[in-house]
Amino acid sequence: MFQYDFVINAFIAAGMVAVVSGVTGYFLVLRGQTFAGHALSHIGFAGATGAGLIGLSPLAGLVGFTLAAGVIMGLMSERLANRDVAIGVVLSLSLGFGILFLYYYTSFATQATALLFGNVLAVDIAMIKALAALGAATLALLALIMRPLIFATLQPELAEAKGVPLRLISTVFLALVALAVAACAQIVGVLMVFTLMVGPAAAAQRLVNGLWSGLALAAALALAEAWLGITIAYHTDWPVSFCIALLSALVYFAATLRQTARHAA
Amino acid sequence: MTAVPIISLDHATVAIGGRAVLRDVSFAIAPGEFIGVLGPNGAGKTTLMRSILGLLPPAAGTLRVFGAAPKRGNPAIGYLPQLRTVLPDLRVRGLDYIASSLHGERWGLPSLKAADRHAIEATLDAVGAADLARRPLSDMSGGERQRLLLAQALMGNPKLLLLDEPLISLDARHQEVVIDVVRKIARERGITVLFSAHELNQLLGAIDKVLYLGNGHAALGTVDEVVTAPVLSMLYDTEIEVVRAAGHIFVMSRGRDVERDAHMHDHDHGHGHDHHGHQH
Repeated sequence: MFQYDFVINAFIAAGMVAVVSGVTGYFLVLRGQTFAGHALSHIGFAGATGAGLIGLSPLAGLVGFTLAAGVIMGLMSERLANRDVAIGVVLSLSLGFGILFLYYYTSFATQATALLFGNVLAVDIAMIKALAALGAATLALLALIMRPLIFATLQPELAEAKGVPLRLISTVFLALVALAVAACAQIVGVLMVFTLMVGPAAAAQRLVNGLWSGLALAAALALAEAWLGITIAYHTDWPVSFCIALLSALVYFAATLRQTARHAA
Repeated sequence: MTAVPIISLDHATVAIGGRAVLRDVSFAIAPGEFIGVLGPNGAGKTTLMRSILGLLPPAAGTLRVFGAAPKRGNPAIGYLPQLRTVLPDLRVRGLDYIASSLHGERWGLPSLKAADRHAIEATLDAVGAADLARRPLSDMSGGERQRLLLAQALMGNPKLLLLDEPLISLDARHQEVVIDVVRKIARERGITVLFSAHELNQLLGAIDKVLYLGNGHAALGTVDEVVTAPVLSMLYDTEIEVVRAAGHIFVMSRGRDVERDAHMHDHDHGHGHDHHGHQH
């Protein structure tokens, strides 16, 4: 199947995004902010369709909106970021706006499915470059704040006492999550960023205790699920996003079962 | 007693959101003293510790720590925050948990030097919890987690320990173990300790002095000086009886044990509110 350029492009794009999503998702799960990550992707949908309406590229709109929303959520962290209802309301409103923008810009509707459910087989070289830049920016930001982020996540009261700027860390973190979400949405779609960002990271945290081993496993699982998903899709003709979502769920439930069995033993 | 006090308050007022939690309070704590911090919920035990940590400057008066204005991130202070009702179900090893707090305020990637690892292991050993280094937090009992947090507070050889309700959610046997470990290490290393608790009785054999907070006031002194009907009646703002029986001290208001009431309410409502069994 590697005789086709579109397959090679899909493997490169999905590989980069999977590693970034797995690593970012690890901290999202650790901080209990997975729902915020889910909401960011929906806000990105409104951004992408809105950008199409005014003639900008959907990716620019996606990145712009998720980034702005991530920063706002971070700044309001105590009041908003951990409130499921408030996030849920904003999430639905964003999808609503996305539909409104589509209503006014009907020729964009063909791209709506790709935005919602992903279209990794249509990735071109320009998109690969954009994803590489997004991924590099995400990982660079994460490397910059990783030490205080872990401290603030595990022990916020003590971190505050030791001089860690909690709000700044939280804001930078949600900003980099926004970048990862925008990249991830290109592969599996805004509705399914959980499959690459949360599934592998949550499974990894159930399987190993160490930080670095957990990060490595989250990235490896995401990568394996993405590549295997494309391979299965290629041979069965099923949608890629479905195959990745299925693998993500299987791995997550297997890891949960293993942990439960180990506790019972 | 001419040494510079470790902590001194001079007509200090500490307020949260405009409400004065401590009003015009003055006292000084000498080096090496083991102080039991008591008082009803909302009396300002946590607030006082946050002020000492430099997180909440006094609204009026002065607060000095080691003879200077408190500054955030002072490495000479070890802090054990009050446990939140739900500690996340983390599969993080004890060693990594403590390691996250070492230089955790610096930017960049986390790293653990061999010297830091040895220091963590030595400190865990000192509190009798060497085995916790390899075990994940989610598998630890309440007593083991408190031991882990205590070890963390002791990292970097602090001169002052602020322990906020380290006995909460522990059974009587584990409470005794924690008190004994703190007492022993504090004596060996000459550490000044502020140890907040709901009940006075477990602390009776260990503490040098008691700092009783309530109603905006503070009273510092030996148990015999402070735990008396007149002093506590002022702090609780109601008529208090102090009953001594069989080596125990009971603080009663209209026939009810106010410490025990406060403790029971704490499980229902969490901390920070003024729930106790008397009328204002």
